[in-house]
Amino acid sequence: MGILADTWTWLTTGANWSGESGAGHRLAEHLYVSGTALLLACALALPLGLWLGHLGRGGTVAVNVSNAGRAVPVFAVLALFMVSPLRNAGYVPTVVALVLFAIPPLLTHAYVGVREVDRAVVEAARGMGMSGGQLFRGVELPLARPMLMTGLRSAAVQVVATATVAAMVGQGGLGRIITAGFHTYDTPQVVAGAVLVALLALLVEALLVAADRLLGRRAARPKG
Amino acid sequence: MAAANCLVTNDWICGAYLRTRSQELTDATLQHVGITVASVLLGLLVAFPLALLVRARPRFAGPVLGLTTLLYTIPSLAMFSLLLPFLGLSSALVVTGLVLYSLTILVRGVLAGLAAVPAETREAARGMGYGSGRLLWEVELPLALPALMAGIRMATVSTIALTTVGSLVGRGGLGNLIEEALPTFFKAQVLAASVLCVLLAVAADLLLLGLQRLLTPWTRMRAGRAGGA
Repeated sequence: MGILADTWTWLTTGANWSGESGAGHRLAEHLYVSGTALLLACALALPLGLWLGHLGRGGTVAVNVSNAGRAVPVFAVLALFMVSPLRNAGYVPTVVALVLFAIPPLLTHAYVGVREVDRAVVEAARGMGMSGGQLFRGVELPLARPMLMTGLRSAAVQVVATATVAAMVGQGGLGRIITAGFHTYDTPQVVAGAVLVALLALLVEALLVAADRLLGRRAARPKG
Repeated sequence: MAAANCLVTNDWICGAYLRTRSQELTDATLQHVGITVASVLLGLLVAFPLALLVRARPRFAGPVLGLTTLLYTIPSLAMFSLLLPFLGLSSALVVTGLVLYSLTILVRGVLAGLAAVPAETREAARGMGYGSGRLLWEVELPLALPALMAGIRMATVSTIALTTVGSLVGRGGLGNLIEEALPTFFKAQVLAASVLCVLLAVAADLLLLGLQRLLTPWTRMRAGRAGGA
């Protein structure tokens, strides 16, 4: 397999990692846009989803938003941003697109997580005289945690994957290594870029699974 | 005159564009539909035996479901690029990538469908002398349809969206038009192709929903009776 050997050579050549279009800078760009977008999406979607779940309203909205997110191509949204004046705003087109696509899984999982808390438990908490706020903080939020973490995981993986597509419209990120390789007919570089992107996506998934387990164990341990 | 101007002034919505490039738009849409249909059908052909294997031998459940989920984690741009050395710049490359993605949803859909078949129905069919093949084809499959069709709809809608990324290798259906329009900031073409893509997804979803209703008349009869009573 000549390709595999050439790919390994590309990845282990220091010159390919340095400079504006080097793998190091592209990785930093990728992490920057993904991190910013995920934080913004969490700040927007989690409070709304949890609040709707607490009220028990807007279920159809949460589900429809999630379905619409699946039907809209990321590439099309990025392209629309890039032919609008937004193209002059640095990383903004990518970050906005990533936020838009991270909101559906976060919103749906937050809503469903709170809604699916056993009604008997909620009734019991109310019977004990808990206020809405106490019920939310002490009962609904801890019980919704596994679902929230699932939503966070799928949103994070989606964001990292989508940040790659940004390269197709000329925005920064690891995808640029792939597209640059395409333009110069450099197959080892294309494969090297793809390997880096796939590894990053798998790493993010693995890290979040590990964090989820760690948090779950701490939550399960009785206090005191 | 005014119609021709919208191409010069680069408006978002341009009637002249839609008229003069209707052939191009039709061709791209047909390629898009072709790639999607091939991917979902092949995905079903692969997902079915996998789901039956998982059902018959539960110890394969972990590896099969884990592997298909892992595939879904790989970004589309990376997936298409990794297949490049093997399949070259071809529709086969895009279809292969999309089939691999569809497996995550389809294998789960088939399993959910089969799990929805009531055990007593299965027992009754066995008692009537149905062999496993006939049981699957005549009893389990029809009863699995609602959950199975839900999976097929979800897979189809996301496949239509993902097909656009195939423009990386020049086989992205409507995505090709978007990519062509980018260097010249051709707004009308980007918007028209994007809107067509979403319309295609909505149309496919409704079409499959209609097909599901046609194939499972008993679910409506039951619902109608419950509603009337």
